[in-house]
Amino acid sequence: MSTATALSPEILAKYQPVIGLEVHVQLLTETKAFCGCVNRYGGEPNTHVCPTCLGLPGALPVLNRQAVEYAVLAAKSINCEIRETSVFARKNYFYPDSPKGYQISQFDKPVAENGWIEVPAFDESGAPITKRIGITRLHMEEDAGKSIHDGFADSINRTYIDLNRCGTPLVEIVSEPDLRTPDEVFEYLTRLKEILLYTGVSDCNMEEGSLRCDANVSVMLKGAKEFGTKAEVKNVNSFRFIRSAVQYEIERQIGVIEEGGRVVQESRLWNSGEGRTYSMRSKEQAHDYRYFPEPDLPPLVVGAEWQAEIFKALPELPEARRARMIEEFGLNEQDAATITATRDFADRFEVAAKKAKSPKRVASILLSEITMRLRAAELSDEQSPVSLDGIVLAADLMEDGTISSKQLKQLLDSSFAENKDFPEIYERDKPQQISDAGAIEQMIDEVIAANPKQVEQYRGGKKTVAAFFVGQVMRLSKGQANPAMLNELVTKKLDS
Amino acid sequence: MTVESLTNLTIEEARSAVAAGRTTATALAVAHYDRIEVEDKAINSYLALSRERALVQAEKIDAMAQRGEELPPLAGVPVGIKDVLAMRGAPATAGSLILKGYRPPYDATTVDRLEAAGAVLLGKLNCDEFAMGSSNENSAYGPVRNPRAMDRVPGGSSGGSAAAVSADLCVASLGTDTGGSIRQPAAFCGVVGVLPTYGRVSRYGLIAFASSLDRVGPFTKNVKDAATMLEVLAGKDAMDATSSDRPAGGYVDALEKPVEGLRIGVPEEYFGEGLDPEIRAAVEKALDGLKAAGCTIKKVSLPHTKYAVPTYYVIATAEASSNLSRFDGVRFGLRTAEAKSLSDLFRKTRDAGFGPEVKRRILLGTYALSAGYYDAYYKKAQQVRTLLTRDFLAAFNEVDAIVAPVTPTPAFKLGEKTDDPIKMYLEDIYSVAASLAGICGMSVPCGETSAALPIGVQVLGRHFDEATMLRVAKAIEAAQG
Repeated sequence: MSTATALSPEILAKYQPVIGLEVHVQLLTETKAFCGCVNRYGGEPNTHVCPTCLGLPGALPVLNRQAVEYAVLAAKSINCEIRETSVFARKNYFYPDSPKGYQISQFDKPVAENGWIEVPAFDESGAPITKRIGITRLHMEEDAGKSIHDGFADSINRTYIDLNRCGTPLVEIVSEPDLRTPDEVFEYLTRLKEILLYTGVSDCNMEEGSLRCDANVSVMLKGAKEFGTKAEVKNVNSFRFIRSAVQYEIERQIGVIEEGGRVVQESRLWNSGEGRTYSMRSKEQAHDYRYFPEPDLPPLVVGAEWQAEIFKALPELPEARRARMIEEFGLNEQDAATITATRDFADRFEVAAKKAKSPKRVASILLSEITMRLRAAELSDEQSPVSLDGIVLAADLMEDGTISSKQLKQLLDSSFAENKDFPEIYERDKPQQISDAGAIEQMIDEVIAANPKQVEQYRGGKKTVAAFFVGQVMRLSKGQANPAMLNELVTKKLDS
Repeated sequence: MTVESLTNLTIEEARSAVAAGRTTATALAVAHYDRIEVEDKAINSYLALSRERALVQAEKIDAMAQRGEELPPLAGVPVGIKDVLAMRGAPATAGSLILKGYRPPYDATTVDRLEAAGAVLLGKLNCDEFAMGSSNENSAYGPVRNPRAMDRVPGGSSGGSAAAVSADLCVASLGTDTGGSIRQPAAFCGVVGVLPTYGRVSRYGLIAFASSLDRVGPFTKNVKDAATMLEVLAGKDAMDATSSDRPAGGYVDALEKPVEGLRIGVPEEYFGEGLDPEIRAAVEKALDGLKAAGCTIKKVSLPHTKYAVPTYYVIATAEASSNLSRFDGVRFGLRTAEAKSLSDLFRKTRDAGFGPEVKRRILLGTYALSAGYYDAYYKKAQQVRTLLTRDFLAAFNEVDAIVAPVTPTPAFKLGEKTDDPIKMYLEDIYSVAASLAGICGMSVPCGETSAALPIGVQVLGRHFDEATMLRVAKAIEAAQG
């Protein structure tokens, strides 16, 4: 990563960065925000359009009910208060991909306000803490179309406009200036994305632009009371770059101040290729948007009854789910975090784990043996040859000692090598079982002889010790003893 | 029927003539087109004719009539459409150069409803550019002349819609009214014009001037035709979020009810200085007629009336400044050839495409919404709008309808007020308050001046009480003899 100027750690340490984020999230509604056009990414240019989203003279917007429900659900998931009566407003500006010459948005009466989410952070001593980041507001608006400046033979002197995206419902989520480091920015975005994915209102795909982020960055001397002048860093459209973009801007501003200059309030464009931000021409940003209430849309009323109906769709959110899984399945924090990273995976895991004798063992096989092999083979979760049900079988076989961990590894290797699910491989390669009663009895005798203390316990009434003998014999047989016969014979021997 | 008599019919007469086989929808359409060809050279009410579409529809109606089917309420009735309404495939200029060549790919809901009710749509009618004006002199395609006095204006902005009905160039027409644009030209041209309650008739497909004020309404030759048109046009439209789902209709039946016992309000603020004495006399005569029919006449006060014109010009221009942003030369209509940059394209296209009155209003409205001025202008105007609405609500606690003049003067001469925008704006003095309040209103002919210029009387009704308003108008009409 390049920096604006080479600044020593001592100089950087003098300053306190202050960061707030504005995150735009496209909602996965069936149709667009204000018309009946299909709301889908891509498509032949200018095919998902109608008089309304083309901004043709005379066409009018009609609010999409599903968009309201998704916005309210998103707002609730980040602990916002829902405003019963919110108002749409026109944000006026000229741009070719904004066909009406204004964007329908919300201004002084947004649909939701005063929320928060919690993110992992570090305190000044470096100890891990949970930090609450305030959310100022969540408001609804429509997306613009796309200006395509290159890729055509005559791109040198023409710009093409694709209005398929125009009118896609968005929510803009504005945080308080509560973030202090690029890492906190990254964590905030990660948590926000995770929560929104859980609600299902968006796919939060930064590459396709369904989640977009602008960062308001300022710096002040540590201990100062007033924030410095902020610059808005736009176009940070990848998780990969958010940290470096914010870090670059912090250092740039410190550099400006250290050289005796002043930070200018402006919008700056992040260029990921060069790893730096550029000032956008100040003339273009001297906007007076002339907001006023949108006369084509009556105020939006989401009363208590409708809110209650919408909230029914609110799932258990990641933080709560992690806590429950730790409690219920005895997982550690890291495993719980991995399993709950997406709602879909966590759901599938839970269904499977509940069928298994030990959910914890399902988690551990999944997160060690399976994940390791997926990484080695460069496969995604979806491409895994081993299904969750396959993992459940493997966990159960391990749990009752039918197979050893060495056998498990061999079976999984075969699964991955042949791209076949675990049960199929197990049925075929089922490690040879010893079903000869004499041979098993002989091994039991051996174990009994070697463990007089446990025999004494058993015979003293602690019947559960039987499991110990079963395990020992299974180990001795390298997992090949017929478990049913083994169980029966152990009890018989110990009771005799 | 003679060709002459074919262009001299009311809706009721035209429909029943088609139904009874005395004529055909096709013959009606052709007769009107023939008349337009001759008479409209001087009047200039039509900007475009939709002959092909009209004849297809006429044939459809004729086939229905031939099969003896029940005909819809406007079967075969030739209707003209103000050029601010979208008609699929037909030019829609809104009287502006900036929309030259633009043909919308869809129909306005009102256009759609008329056609579904059997109307034969003859073409698009001239108007002030983007419906901004009171004389039709702001059309980029030339002024319309008043058929009742060819050296005078037909009023505006729906000048073409009023003139075409007045000159028998259609049986009925659609106009729009933002601050008086139906009622004033109806009065100037001696026809009936109705401003429905805001939300009663869909705005979908109406090229917006001021969205919170714009309304679509009919021009007709008599009150009953107006009721028939309104019955077709009124009602909830899923494409217009500001349209009301309150039950609509019953307007024609309501005309049968006598007006006896109705309380009629006369607002003193509408009879002050500047009102032409002949108009005052005509309105008073109409009130006498209502009294004779058994109505009680009562003085009412609308104390905030004097603020209506400035309030209107803040709100209407503010909304217009935003509504007209989409005319940027990017997707349709005019585009300047000389642009060197994007902002150059916007500026030069808009400079070439908009006329002086439209530019004046965009500037006024942009100013009113600007940072630092919003509270003093737009917000204040919205507060006054509430007061004006309360004036009417209070008055309607005491009376069932209000009767007043439509305009302070009869039709003025072409060019008489074009140099003084303020004088032109004051033309709206009796019409804008009802626009701001959202109530319904209409203009009914009530006599002539000594110079044989038509005089209109305005009837105002409660929100969504078009039925009572039409009953009163019908009684006024009946008293004219």
